[in-house]
Amino acid sequence: MKLENIIENQQTMRTLKVVLYVAMAVFVVIDIFMPRHHVEFFWDEIPGFSAAFGIAAFAAVVVAAKVLGKLFLQKDEDYYKK
Amino acid sequence: MPNWIHPAAILVLGSFLIPLFKGRVRQAYILLLPILAFLSVATMDYGTYGVYNVLGLEMTFGRVDRLSYVFAFIFTLMAFISGVYSLNQKESWHHVAAYVYAGSATGLAFAGDFLTLFLFAEFMAFGSMCLVLFRKTDESTRAAYRYILVHVFSGICVLGGAMLQYQQTGSFAFDAVTAGGLAAVLLLIGFLTNAAVPPFSAWLTDAYPLATIPGAVFMSSFTTKSAVYTLARGFAGTDILIVLGVIMAVYGTIYALLENDIRRLPAYSTISQVGYMVTAVGIGTELAINGVAAHAFAHILYKGLLFMGAGSVLYVTGRSKLTDLGGLYKSMPWTFILYIVGGLAISAVPLTSGFVSKSIILSAAGEEHLMIAWVLLTLASVGTFIHTGLKLPYYTFLSKDAGLQAQDPPKNMIVGMALAAFMCIFIGVFPQALYSLLPYAIEYHPYTAEHVVWTAEILLFAGFAFMVFKKYLAGERTISLDTDWFYRRGAAMFMKLDYGLFAAVDDIVSNLYKPILNGVKKFSALCWAFDFKWVDGMVNGVAALVVYVAGDARRLQTGRLQQYAVTILLGLLFLVNIILFLA
Repeated sequence: MKLENIIENQQTMRTLKVVLYVAMAVFVVIDIFMPRHHVEFFWDEIPGFSAAFGIAAFAAVVVAAKVLGKLFLQKDEDYYKK
Repeated sequence: MPNWIHPAAILVLGSFLIPLFKGRVRQAYILLLPILAFLSVATMDYGTYGVYNVLGLEMTFGRVDRLSYVFAFIFTLMAFISGVYSLNQKESWHHVAAYVYAGSATGLAFAGDFLTLFLFAEFMAFGSMCLVLFRKTDESTRAAYRYILVHVFSGICVLGGAMLQYQQTGSFAFDAVTAGGLAAVLLLIGFLTNAAVPPFSAWLTDAYPLATIPGAVFMSSFTTKSAVYTLARGFAGTDILIVLGVIMAVYGTIYALLENDIRRLPAYSTISQVGYMVTAVGIGTELAINGVAAHAFAHILYKGLLFMGAGSVLYVTGRSKLTDLGGLYKSMPWTFILYIVGGLAISAVPLTSGFVSKSIILSAAGEEHLMIAWVLLTLASVGTFIHTGLKLPYYTFLSKDAGLQAQDPPKNMIVGMALAAFMCIFIGVFPQALYSLLPYAIEYHPYTAEHVVWTAEILLFAGFAFMVFKKYLAGERTISLDTDWFYRRGAAMFMKLDYGLFAAVDDIVSNLYKPILNGVKKFSALCWAFDFKWVDGMVNGVAALVVYVAGDARRLQTGRLQQYAVTILLGLLFLVNIILFLA
């Protein structure tokens, strides 16, 4: 199966990671030079804002979920069976 | 109306013939029904059809306008795709329940008055409950019971609201709700419950993961989206929906991040996605309502696909916990690839349906300068990418091989997924095909350089963060408390209280009644004797009346059912209040 050869191959996965980093860099560079036509909020004009937003949003939702989960929400799987 | 055939009639009535057929003929018939229903929708013209006078009330079965049309279009299309996926289901009544449910959703979309709407909503609740019951486990039977109770509640709210509207306006017509006061509140609560808006949301994540495998696919498509339709028709521009919708979007995402069950996770993600639609209904501009319809359309397809993918894993491995799964891509390559398409679509990756639909809602929020709503919706959208786009597929198909024996599911299930996946990409590549169906004329271009770059950046960086921190997002063997706690644990605690306190009070009250009743009885006997001896033939009526009153008074005491219903209701309210104030 070809899919397996791609995913199990360490070399391919390393290459894919490099592609990801390059793509991240390329889009930020484009963002710096891209003219804005549609500005609805002030942050629309800040280059790379959405990259930072992506990371910040990840941190916010994951930390919020984990804290709420540990403090209140998460219970044993047989909680309702007891 | 000879030139108008109601698609709900085809699906609902036609479905009852399914058990009569066997083998290939049955399969062909199962596919034929939704195709006919879809063709009936695709070829109909706008207008009003099927108006009947029932007991002096006007019932409109066919209000076909742009808003109802787009929902009926996607409902019948999805009935077909889900039908393909469920083709290997042997229980023929399962197919009947599924088509009664899907057909009624179409009926609800075309309903022009509240009575017709209520009728189809009840059919939907009943059909979908059967899809949970057919799982035939203790757990699912209990969940089905809870599910139907919640939907009876919402049904009664809608009916009550409709009655009050009739009182105020003299009409059962279902249009933008102008009736004030309690009528509007009841209708809104009914619709919000069906749309799974917190705190009325736990029924969804309780029941869907316990439904049958194809059952969950059907359920993911119709109930919440038909509720979104009713909200869009009745309550467009109601400000509170913006607040509720945004809360809902974030709430669904938080819970989905914690979830371990591969069908409960997309169920929570459904709540998050419907939050987008509810927010847009609250915004209520033409662009926003277009966004509601477009997002509902796209959502039905990719969420169906995700439930099909998760269902296939459950079908083949018998497992549904992320903690039991891993490394399945090798044995289930097609399921893996098709699931990924759904995951990309819900994450709004360019060239998929989510990208062209979700952005309409965000643009509508932007045009109204709703900064907080915009930020929180985008936050929820990043969360969606993390849990449904990355966490679920990573821990199911990649990660460490759990060593489960598996293979791709039967062909019909793969074809069902492939059809949905094709639609996700088709809409992403040709958004105008979807836009032409929307309720209002739309001049919208999702593929601007700014928008694509913005989306690519946000997704790439969030994805990178996932790669670095993914071990913190692995499934955990836990369940998360939700508002169903109140009727699962809370009700049990209440029953204890009921036996201890209310039953005792009830006894005292009963004992108090006894002397009164006895007195009344003695009095009536006395009257009777008096009547018999002294005024025989003159005032017969008095004695009869007293006997009658005494009999009624006795019934007061034994009328336990109502009494208990009232105590339970009051008690629950009481308990909820205590908990709210203590917490």
